[in-house]
Amino acid sequence: MGRKIRIQALMILMAFVLILSGCNFNSSESSSEGSGDKEGDTKSAGQVLNISATADIPTLDSTKAHDGVAFTVLNNVNEGLYRQDENHQPIEALVTEHTENEDQTVHTFKLRESKWSNGDPVTAQDFEYAWKRVMKDASPYNFMFVTASIKNAEAIMNGEKDAAELGVKAVDEQTLEVTLESANPLLQSLLTFPTFLPQNQKFVEEQGDQYALEAENILFNGPFKLVEWTHDQGWKYEKNADYWDAEAVKLDTINAYVVKDPATGVNLYETNKVDRIDLSSESVDQFKNDPNFDTILEPSMIFLRFNHTHPVLGNKNIRQAINMAIDKESLTDVILKDGSTALNGVVPKGFFQSPEGKDYRELNGDFNTGTVEEAQKLWEAGLKETGASDVAVSINISDSEDHKKVAEYLQAQLEDNLPGFKLEIKAVPFAQRLEIEKAIDYDLSLSSWGPDYSDPMTYLDMWVKGGSANRMDYHNPKLDELVTQARTETDLSKRYEMLLNIEKILLEEDAAIVPLYQDGTSILMREKIKDLIVHPTGASHSYKWASIEE
Amino acid sequence: MKRYFVQRIGYMLITLFIIVTATFFLMQLLPGTPFTNPEKLTAQQLTVLNAKYGLDQPVAIQYIRYLGNLVQGDLGYSFQHEGRTVSSMISTRIGPSAFIGLQALVIGAILGLVLGIISALKHNSIFDYGSVALAVIGMSIPSFVFAALLQYYVGVKLEWLPVALWEGYSSTLLPSIALSVTVTATVARFIRSEMLEVLGQDYVITARAKGMKENQVIVKHVVRNALIPVVTMLGPLAVSIMTGTLVIEKIFSVPGLGEQFTLSILVLDYSVIMGITIFYSALFIFVVFVVDIIYGFLDPRINYKGESA
Repeated sequence: MGRKIRIQALMILMAFVLILSGCNFNSSESSSEGSGDKEGDTKSAGQVLNISATADIPTLDSTKAHDGVAFTVLNNVNEGLYRQDENHQPIEALVTEHTENEDQTVHTFKLRESKWSNGDPVTAQDFEYAWKRVMKDASPYNFMFVTASIKNAEAIMNGEKDAAELGVKAVDEQTLEVTLESANPLLQSLLTFPTFLPQNQKFVEEQGDQYALEAENILFNGPFKLVEWTHDQGWKYEKNADYWDAEAVKLDTINAYVVKDPATGVNLYETNKVDRIDLSSESVDQFKNDPNFDTILEPSMIFLRFNHTHPVLGNKNIRQAINMAIDKESLTDVILKDGSTALNGVVPKGFFQSPEGKDYRELNGDFNTGTVEEAQKLWEAGLKETGASDVAVSINISDSEDHKKVAEYLQAQLEDNLPGFKLEIKAVPFAQRLEIEKAIDYDLSLSSWGPDYSDPMTYLDMWVKGGSANRMDYHNPKLDELVTQARTETDLSKRYEMLLNIEKILLEEDAAIVPLYQDGTSILMREKIKDLIVHPTGASHSYKWASIEE
Repeated sequence: MKRYFVQRIGYMLITLFIIVTATFFLMQLLPGTPFTNPEKLTAQQLTVLNAKYGLDQPVAIQYIRYLGNLVQGDLGYSFQHEGRTVSSMISTRIGPSAFIGLQALVIGAILGLVLGIISALKHNSIFDYGSVALAVIGMSIPSFVFAALLQYYVGVKLEWLPVALWEGYSSTLLPSIALSVTVTATVARFIRSEMLEVLGQDYVITARAKGMKENQVIVKHVVRNALIPVVTMLGPLAVSIMTGTLVIEKIFSVPGLGEQFTLSILVLDYSVIMGITIFYSALFIFVVFVVDIIYGFLDPRINYKGESA
């Protein structure tokens, strides 16, 4: 027996040693052993911010990045032509001078002198290279180039032209020329998006398929450098002394930890491991009165799509009745309790101001609000028009907790308030919900939409006929016409007026969808942290101006 | 013996082949695409992307291609983590999962053995009832409940061990302890019933009749024989616990494989789903094989020469 136990013990021991060697603990711990005095290290580090991230960075290749985590990191370690300021407006980053031709289709950008972290200068060629690379590889965000009206982008995307024909050219090292299909008032705002960042061709080609997959396989030219990146565990930024605007940067170190469970985040916050966390709705009640508690409005909106070919739902009175019969405030304040707010328009509030500085929502007000009685009147009128007596329809939703909560609430509200209405809930996986939507194989569908860029248009042009995100056979030629006009209108006030009118057509004239609520996030952030900017679109955070006040 | 090995390895390969085939075709039934940002993908983009990754080919051709690559040891690239190979994703993530799992297994097996043996020896005593009750609790309460309690009391309140994250040995302890509860309970119950059975066997009575010391009887005859079936159970248990558990890894922010597996199914990352399934199955099949071999050494009644007895 002794021998056998010994064999087993030996096997277990061997396995242990083998596994321990492959354990890759977060290297910040092991590297501090080398430098000896760990306490001294953190103290001398000066301004340190500790944050949590919800997931690992899939890739830091700006031409391929497609997720919020990567966009945030890229925004803080790289610098493009423009960057978003505190109010999410574009400010000049590498650009020092911008000129355009008469019809605003050829833009010339003069670049300031700046350096990559390997000492190479950042040149106009770096932009040309990176942009063409996005088109060549059919990257996830290549549609941004179409949105920005860059010449030939659409044709390249459709495979009709070669990526080399993209309307971007390095005239010399410091001059970049961008040609557009037509004037685009949003160009600068769009250029803050990480997909438009430059890349050093030589370095990218040297790294091959390993480019941007590790901290040492990428170059930096932004406010911070990524000095460590341990997959699935976290990463560490340090201030970039070579950054052209290094004086504005106050933080010395930022530690980001991957924390996927919100309850774990709370525990880490309470033990001072992190300074800022997102709260799940379960924790909101517990911290509501904490001085560090805050609620942030998010720009994504949750709404109901109607199948406009449905015999009953195709009727405007019916759709309007459904709009009015739902108490949206109770939905956000009683059911969801996660910081979201009721929404009675398609463009969320708080992010999109007119040239005169007024919020879009304030200018356009609420649509389709009313009492249950008014809803019932419209309902009856609609039933008469369609010749239906009762309506049994289904709602297509994702099988997530939130979707189920919302759908059950809608079911109760609508069946109570609208006589003869029957709503069946059909929960399917997220991907399938999308497929069903795209095939318009539903009656009602619970959907969400997040913005691609900082302008109301990102919520408005999706409703044109055949638009890839229309997905409900909705069509109003007046809306299509206005969208086309607004796309090229360069008088910003006139254009904004058009944007307001598009929403009026969609909701006042057609009641084409039911906007439900605007997302929100509840957070805990220590009061000592100042000027950490949260953006509605593109990269979600800017640390460039953030500081710690002890 | 040699013939038996060859035969077994043949069966193992066939099993693996069936698993690969079934997974591959079942996966195709899932709706959606493996590409990121499906909400905004246009039909044209989808066509370009499908062509780029060969997903526009008939499933049969995709399958043959996949098998061809697999034979050469190539598990392909992840769709979600563009540029990262599936094998590198598995190899960096299996370490933490396996370490926590093995540690939990060792803690659980030792505690379980002690509890099980004592409660069998003190059959029908208060101690026996106590440990049976403990085992039932351990079996019926899911490990993530223990995980949350441990994290809050040991991590936040007492500050004895790190709350979460993966920063050195001390951060492996809480997840291992949380995971070990189920193992302890399983092993304790198993050992107890095996011991009780063995204690009634003729050869135990014989040993006692020969005048052997009670200690020797227990160690040499009872425990040793009771251990044999435990080995069978421990193998598969080890695999399931070592390959990572979604919830424990999420709660303690452990960069393990279990979480990755679930995530890859949700986002339909074809190559990662395949890769991890193959890895799990291969490991499982191998461990069952090893258990059978060890079994042969432990139990003289089994021989592998011809038909097994």
